[in-house]
Amino acid sequence: MKENYRKERIDRGIKARSDDIYALTSYKEMWYLLFPRLVPIVGIAIISFFLPIYWKKVMLSTCTFAMLAVSWDFLSSCGMLSLGQALFFGMGSYTAGCLNHYLDLPVYVTIPLATVIGGFLSTIILLPVIRLRGIYFAMVTLILPLMLMRLIEATKILGGTEGITRLSPFPNVWVEIVLILAAMWAAFFGLRRFIASDYGLIFVSIRDNDRAVMASGINIYAFKAQALFIGSSICAFCGAFMTHAYQFTGMPVFAMDYSILPIAASAIGGIGSLAGPLLGAFILVPLSELLREFGPLRIVFYGLILVICVVVLPEGIFHYLSRKYTEMERWVKIE
Amino acid sequence: MGATLIYGLINSAVLALMALGFNLTFGISGVANFAYGAIYIVAGFITWSLINALHIPFIFSAVITVIAVGIAGVYLYRIILTRIRGLVISEVIATFAVSLVILELLRYFGFIGFKYSLPPFIKGSVEIMDAFVDAQRLIIIGFGIVVLFALYVFTHYTRMGRAFRGIAQEEHTSLSLGINPDRIAGWSMGIGSALGALAAIVILPLGTITVDGGYDVLISALSVCIVGGLGSTFGVIIASLIIGFAQQLTATYLSSHWTMIVSLVALLIILAIKPSGLLGHQKELEERV
Repeated sequence: MKENYRKERIDRGIKARSDDIYALTSYKEMWYLLFPRLVPIVGIAIISFFLPIYWKKVMLSTCTFAMLAVSWDFLSSCGMLSLGQALFFGMGSYTAGCLNHYLDLPVYVTIPLATVIGGFLSTIILLPVIRLRGIYFAMVTLILPLMLMRLIEATKILGGTEGITRLSPFPNVWVEIVLILAAMWAAFFGLRRFIASDYGLIFVSIRDNDRAVMASGINIYAFKAQALFIGSSICAFCGAFMTHAYQFTGMPVFAMDYSILPIAASAIGGIGSLAGPLLGAFILVPLSELLREFGPLRIVFYGLILVICVVVLPEGIFHYLSRKYTEMERWVKIE
Repeated sequence: MGATLIYGLINSAVLALMALGFNLTFGISGVANFAYGAIYIVAGFITWSLINALHIPFIFSAVITVIAVGIAGVYLYRIILTRIRGLVISEVIATFAVSLVILELLRYFGFIGFKYSLPPFIKGSVEIMDAFVDAQRLIIIGFGIVVLFALYVFTHYTRMGRAFRGIAQEEHTSLSLGINPDRIAGWSMGIGSALGALAAIVILPLGTITVDGGYDVLISALSVCIVGGLGSTFGVIIASLIIGFAQQLTATYLSSHWTMIVSLVALLIILAIKPSGLLGHQKELEERV
């Protein structure tokens, strides 16, 4: 195969991708960059090992929602606004459930298989509408999980309203924690790298101006399908994981929660940075657990917090924080 | 057969009434008001409270409710939506969160039970084409026609109505003609909410008022508006006829499990073939590449 090269100015490339040029000259400066990246990774890992068993489970679902939100943000930065992460999640969940229940495959086979098959099925289902843009694509993704839910209810296939129960569990809770944390950071940093690469640049430019990309002789449908596969595989992994963690799959996996919470997390955390949705999920999911003490008023407070966050900080918490972090100043001696 | 026909017509009228308010707000200001279902339900409960707690006659309670809900809609827009206008995702999240707050507050205050139902306008039933039909159901059809006519007159022959159409067509030009888009969009939200309240008062006597009904109303309104074409009033009529009859036919000849699936499939087909809806303004460039 012939190798392709392109010319680029070194500073522009870095500037376009990182918004800043960093010439690191001291450990201080390295710490300045590493601090906001290391703190969440190390912090979450340490915290999740010392949490009581109930909050360990909360941590599992937090990480799952964080992955769903990151995948949502990835899809939206490829120009595909998805209102139906539940579709991808449910596909992975049902695939894992069926493989485990009907074929008796063990956990370490079903999860990778469900990740690929779930992503593949979701892509195939959405392939006919891949030409749609913006809100119209969003509507299709919103409706599909609702319809699949009703279809399962009406035809009573795959366990019907009861779902499939007594699936094989993970060996213990440590395996679950380590697996989901590893998967979350892999998805997050992997996608960030991917978007910043030359190949990923095409995905982002499809969002910015799809016709210009077409005019450059690039088949955008192929790229959109790839983006869809990547995004939905991540969600399918979450579905497969939660299926085995709860040892259950059924109609609730297509519930609106799995579609709405990732979007709410992204809206609160800040869209377009991948880190924002992650932060949003780590605020929203534990918050909704804390609010459990209020009983029925829980959802009321939850809604109020959502409205206030969206209205007061439309750019998102992450963008606000990172702006403040880069604006930090220090006193220096005038020489 | 006669019964299917007449009930299909009634079903369509119900769907059309539910969707008109949502459609008006979206068509004028471009805000997808996801709090619409909550507004619909809260209007039912306000009327119920006015009648049963304060003992105000039905007709006055209805008028007070419609006006109060309309004003609440305007202020919902002024307080929350003006700040995030144009950020579609934020709009959807904010209105959906408002609807969560309203509906769950109602649930918290214990508005659950069979005693919550509105009185019909006229009791009794009429026999049409071998089918007994409640007078209330006929009133719904009549109301639907009256509201449509009133909306037509409002948007074509009044100052504010024409301002509505102005900002729907071209916001910046209407601004240069002295129309304040933010103010008018707020009013469109108010009138949309008032229409929702009106629909609630007419439709809710058919059953009990339930909190969960709010979510169903939202989904019905959304699907009718999408099939008809977002923002097109005539599209709403056609879409509600199609979905209404389709639901009635599946309920009669198949089973009631399939009614929801039929309307969702209708939605999917429309979205895949003609995304802007049956009568939506053709925006080929915006909807697909």
